[in-house]
Amino acid sequence: MTAVTAPRRRLTEGRAVPVATMVLAILVIWYACTIWLNARWQLQVFDRAGQADWTIWQFVAGTFAQDRPVLPAPHQVLVELWNSVAMQDVTSRRSLVYHAWITLSATLLGFVMGTVLGIALAVLIVHNRAVDRSLMPWLIASQTIPILAIAPMIVVVLASIGLTGLVPKSLISTYLSFFPVVVGMVKGFRSPDALQLDLMRTYHSSRGQVFGKLRWPSAMPYLFTSMKVGVAASLVGAIVGELPTGAAGGLGSRLLAGSYYGQTTQIWAALFMAAALSATLIFVIGLVERIVLKRMGVRP
Amino acid sequence: MNVAMPGHTTVKSDPVPANFGKPVIEARDLDLTFQTGDGPVHALSKINLTVRQGEFVSFIGPSGCGKTTLLRVIADLEQPTGGAISVNGLSPEAARKARAYGYVFQAPALYPWRTIGKNIALPLEVMGFSAAERQTRIRDNLALVDLAGFENKFPWQLSGGMQQRASIARALSFDPDMLLMDEPFGALDEIVRDHLNEQLLKLWAKTQKTVVFVTHSIPEAVFLSTKIVVMSPRPGRIHEVIDCDLGTDRPLEIRETPEFLAIAARVRDGLRAGHSYD
Repeated sequence: MTAVTAPRRRLTEGRAVPVATMVLAILVIWYACTIWLNARWQLQVFDRAGQADWTIWQFVAGTFAQDRPVLPAPHQVLVELWNSVAMQDVTSRRSLVYHAWITLSATLLGFVMGTVLGIALAVLIVHNRAVDRSLMPWLIASQTIPILAIAPMIVVVLASIGLTGLVPKSLISTYLSFFPVVVGMVKGFRSPDALQLDLMRTYHSSRGQVFGKLRWPSAMPYLFTSMKVGVAASLVGAIVGELPTGAAGGLGSRLLAGSYYGQTTQIWAALFMAAALSATLIFVIGLVERIVLKRMGVRP
Repeated sequence: MNVAMPGHTTVKSDPVPANFGKPVIEARDLDLTFQTGDGPVHALSKINLTVRQGEFVSFIGPSGCGKTTLLRVIADLEQPTGGAISVNGLSPEAARKARAYGYVFQAPALYPWRTIGKNIALPLEVMGFSAAERQTRIRDNLALVDLAGFENKFPWQLSGGMQQRASIARALSFDPDMLLMDEPFGALDEIVRDHLNEQLLKLWAKTQKTVVFVTHSIPEAVFLSTKIVVMSPRPGRIHEVIDCDLGTDRPLEIRETPEFLAIAARVRDGLRAGHSYD
């Protein structure tokens, strides 16, 4: 009798190996770039110290340990992240968590407003041909305006009527995040086929019933896809909104401060924080998506 | 039943069968022309037809003969461009709004995010039935189509034949007077189709509903119908109406009897004379 054992999953079949390979490759390239980009400064350092007989190892170690490198080495960014995340009180202005929270709150408020606005516009567009014709070109045009140009204007205008802090930043997030939701939901609301629509017609259903029982559930997969795009845009919006406000805190102001004082390591740490935030938000939406679609009976 | 078609010989004016009631569908000189990019398409031409209460009427013909279009006109899913039609003595639109018919499409068209039970409840929700009444009707109608116990399954968990049965249960759930069926079994294999044909006949006998049935299968039409409307294409028109008096008790074996074959031959002749095979 032979024992039936499940074939052992080979490492190459999983995701671990490809992901690890990619990370390793990026690290190698990054370290190489660090050496290359910081070389000039390191040579000047040796020059000023009158040190002519440096070894290659001293040189490499030097490029990895500068205070204000052109490109900080990965371990420098990690140390900075550790120092500003784990070693600080979260309410401290030196804590990256504190700044991340400021950005996150603006992102979330803007994202919720953008999603609601996007869905509302999509409903109007789907139900009214005139709105479809007249609004859509403007919506597309709105997204061709460089956000970097319009963000300071929004901040300045709102500040002049007494709105500062969270709201202006959220509005920039809203401005960026409503668009993918409009486009996705218009497509989603129009996704029911002729048969499904005819069926509702044979029941003499109202437009509201067609919307609630057919268009809305049909649009669910589109909603989550657009929300994933929207939330990433929302984070970018919040960070851009923080650039002109400078001192008020947030990842954007941290980036700005870092560039004022040449603290490249701090900039990179803030960038990684922003990327982690964005990845987390998208992951959470993906999680909600899986739960909702599972409850809607999507074939596993 | 009057079919007056100039140029066609087969006009069969039969006395009204005693077991069928008042006319529920009456079409007079019905015309429908679609305006397409390639010019007008004459989908229906001079359709004259009467369907009486309790009848099982099949429309048969090749693709493009207008049989589905005619059914959709009855259902107010298409608007005729000429002639007159009444459904239950009303215009098709008024009849649709009065929820006079249940429509079964070629595909089951079950909403994939609803369970079978919820799919059957869809028209009931739209029409404002109470939750308790919905539950009763879901159970009764699932039993009617032999799907008891599948209430909480999602459509993809059922076979094609079971899905189509669920869609029939959905059409029957609000107890309409009429059942309009557009090639409901066209996408199923022959074994499933035979089985569903038998079940449909039983259902028809049990519910006494008027059924209008579109098909392109001669055996299916003969097996199911009390009256077969043979249609021909370009322009879509009624070529002939054939009575199919095989009685109410029709086991599958009836398809080998001479009576059955004779009617099938008449239908085939009708189709041929209507240039369906050209």
